[in-house]
Amino acid sequence: MKINSAILKNGVAMALHEIPEIDFISWRRWIIESCQLAKGRVISLLAEDHGDRMRLYGLLGIDDRGELRLAGTDLMKNDLRYPSLTPDLPEAHWFERELYEQHNILPEGHPWLKPIRRGDYAPFYRVEGEEIHEVAVGPVHAGIIEPGHFRFQCHGEKVFHLEIQLGYQHRGIETMFPKANPSRQAVLAESIAGDTVVGHALCYAHAMEGLADKSVSVRAKELRVVALELERMANHVGDLGMLSSDVGFLPASAYFGRLRGEFLNLLMELTGNRYGRSFIRPGGTLLDLSKEKILDFWKRLEKSEQEFRDVSDLFFSETSVLARFEQTGVISAELARTLGLVGFPARASGIGHDVRSDYPIGAYRVHKPPMVRLTTGDVYARARIRSLEVKRSLEFLKEGLKALTVEKTFLPCDRFKFSSLVVSLVEGWRGEIVHIAITDSSGKIRLFKIIDPSFHNWQGLQMAMRDGQISDFPLCNKSFNLSYAGHDL
Amino acid sequence: MVSELLKLTGHLAILLLIPPIFLGIIAKTKAFFAGRKGPPLLQVYYDLFKLFCKGGVDSRSASFMIRLAPGIVLSTLLMAGLLLPLLYEAPIHFRGDLILFAYLLALGRFFTILAALDVGSSFEGMGASREAAFSAFSELAFFMALVTLAVMTQSTSLSHIFQWGNTHPTFHPAVVLLFISFFLILLTENSRMPIDDPNTHLELTMIHEVMILDYSGPDLGLILYGATLKLFLFMALTASLLWPPTGLFGFQEIGYLLAKVAGIAVVIGVVESVKSRLRLSKIPQLLVANLVITTLALLITVLGGPI
Repeated sequence: MKINSAILKNGVAMALHEIPEIDFISWRRWIIESCQLAKGRVISLLAEDHGDRMRLYGLLGIDDRGELRLAGTDLMKNDLRYPSLTPDLPEAHWFERELYEQHNILPEGHPWLKPIRRGDYAPFYRVEGEEIHEVAVGPVHAGIIEPGHFRFQCHGEKVFHLEIQLGYQHRGIETMFPKANPSRQAVLAESIAGDTVVGHALCYAHAMEGLADKSVSVRAKELRVVALELERMANHVGDLGMLSSDVGFLPASAYFGRLRGEFLNLLMELTGNRYGRSFIRPGGTLLDLSKEKILDFWKRLEKSEQEFRDVSDLFFSETSVLARFEQTGVISAELARTLGLVGFPARASGIGHDVRSDYPIGAYRVHKPPMVRLTTGDVYARARIRSLEVKRSLEFLKEGLKALTVEKTFLPCDRFKFSSLVVSLVEGWRGEIVHIAITDSSGKIRLFKIIDPSFHNWQGLQMAMRDGQISDFPLCNKSFNLSYAGHDL
Repeated sequence: MVSELLKLTGHLAILLLIPPIFLGIIAKTKAFFAGRKGPPLLQVYYDLFKLFCKGGVDSRSASFMIRLAPGIVLSTLLMAGLLLPLLYEAPIHFRGDLILFAYLLALGRFFTILAALDVGSSFEGMGASREAAFSAFSELAFFMALVTLAVMTQSTSLSHIFQWGNTHPTFHPAVVLLFISFFLILLTENSRMPIDDPNTHLELTMIHEVMILDYSGPDLGLILYGATLKLFLFMALTASLLWPPTGLFGFQEIGYLLAKVAGIAVVIGVVESVKSRLRLSKIPQLLVANLVITTLALLITVLGGPI
């Protein structure tokens, strides 16, 4: 069946009337067939209240071709129900539950319909049996992590099923956007997930620049990429440290921890903040790097690269560490595709998807770090891929710092297009960050939708634990290190 | 008579005062490998002092058992300590006391497990089940090791077994195997790496630590001190295998004891630093391998005749 969906570009606004409107049955078939036959992937399903109608948008990504496809359909307000997509397309699972929670749209035939953020009173999935026991962990945890509830159905040490209940960090960020003025919106975007400040700020800025139809200077694009890669490296290295302390391998844990500090310090010198706050704004970047600083950065990256190589060689050649990592929490490529995983967990399972290569923006259009892919999909692959991505990013940054242009870094960016929609994608360190903005007839933001990579990937963690050992859960969890705040919004 | 009293006092003083320092030595060794300064050597003493100054809170779902257990566990360990020769003969010794030694330790574990189940938390239940399962393996190896010692020395009293003076064959193959076996038992019984990670905060991976989650204040203090005492007893036992007490009395002998136990503590620290923790499902394999080592030692001893 041929459906004329709109083809969007990453960060280029499209007028709302250009988006095809189709009847529901064709819309549903379009999504399922694009995903099953044309190697597509659900990037987002979102709804907007239009008075007596509810407008549903489906945003799909055809990664091979670098195409974003969009089509809308209407549901009548007095009969908000439709045959669920999830039985045919499991990756829609979380989105349909979100639509049900936010707009009361009932997906009929959904296998496990309950709210995703406010569902802590809904019953959990239960396995019954004489020797089955249930283990409940959280939302208050030992250690300094975010709140989330994990419900295991176990037989001895073996996990039959894990259900994750989130929402304890829900702040209503999406609804805050239309009410906030632009300078506050940028701060909000930086607060979506505290460890992905640069990623979300860049995604937001890129969306706004698309709406304003303005381009930023080459210098600003390059500096943004430097910040994004520094954030990626700091988080990957930090997580490697956490993984080593989880298996009790002390030397690597301490050295990775110190190296993380190196990257955070570089980020601070670039942005004025260890987590990269108040640096990226629509229109460019607020700060610039001097010539001497660039030289200094280059030297320090060179030094960190050597140190990182030494520690990661030590870490990945220690047999007792490998014994813990290999074959733990395996996600096959097929499962990763079914669940619609994104980011490094998908690449660790052999899925070749990376926003930097598939939908490049800014400086990545000219030059990008080569994509890393592994095939085993276990904790080892998810750990190893981080070390490889750090190495690639280091090489990429060292190369890029040599060729920085000299230009103004900030040009004002305002006056948004009327009644338009923009989709902005950025490969944050966890994976694909998506911001979708719709403006009203006066150019003000009417709807803001955020999809953190964690939104897709929490399902991956649930499935990774199936038939695993409950004592391996912390390790598996750390190998994903998903964001609670980014999911809960 | 006076000297007997003095010996008993000395033995008790060692049991009561010395053990916490060895946790400090292990922590310092690990800190060295991690490139850190680490907590002060006497940190465990500070912790104990802090805990004994606090009040306790009991879980509402717990019965009297949780209050009873720390005392019982500590007294079984102290009793066991009185059976173990440290500087010379143990204060209490008789034929067959090694059986009592092993069972006192088992009794302590039994009460730890009971108290863990008493709280009714799913974590503690899991920890208790793990502890029971793994100790079934390690207890067997422990008994085999003791039997081997008994056959080797034709004695069933710990005090006699470790009174070989300077004539005992340190590097006899059976003794070396026993040393390895005792060292692994020591790691298992005291929930050290690679079997258990004493520093982790992840409840789902814990074995021993998870069973004591619900203790606080002085009770936790008793448990903590008990843990250091147990570690000390096992380290002293393991060290005595290669370097038995000389039987002399004096500060020199105390220094010798401390030095050899500190040596074992450093070895534990090194092992914990350079190896990561085993996957839980692989631990029984290690314990069974240990049983095989012990059996080999027994066979060598029996077939090779008394040493």
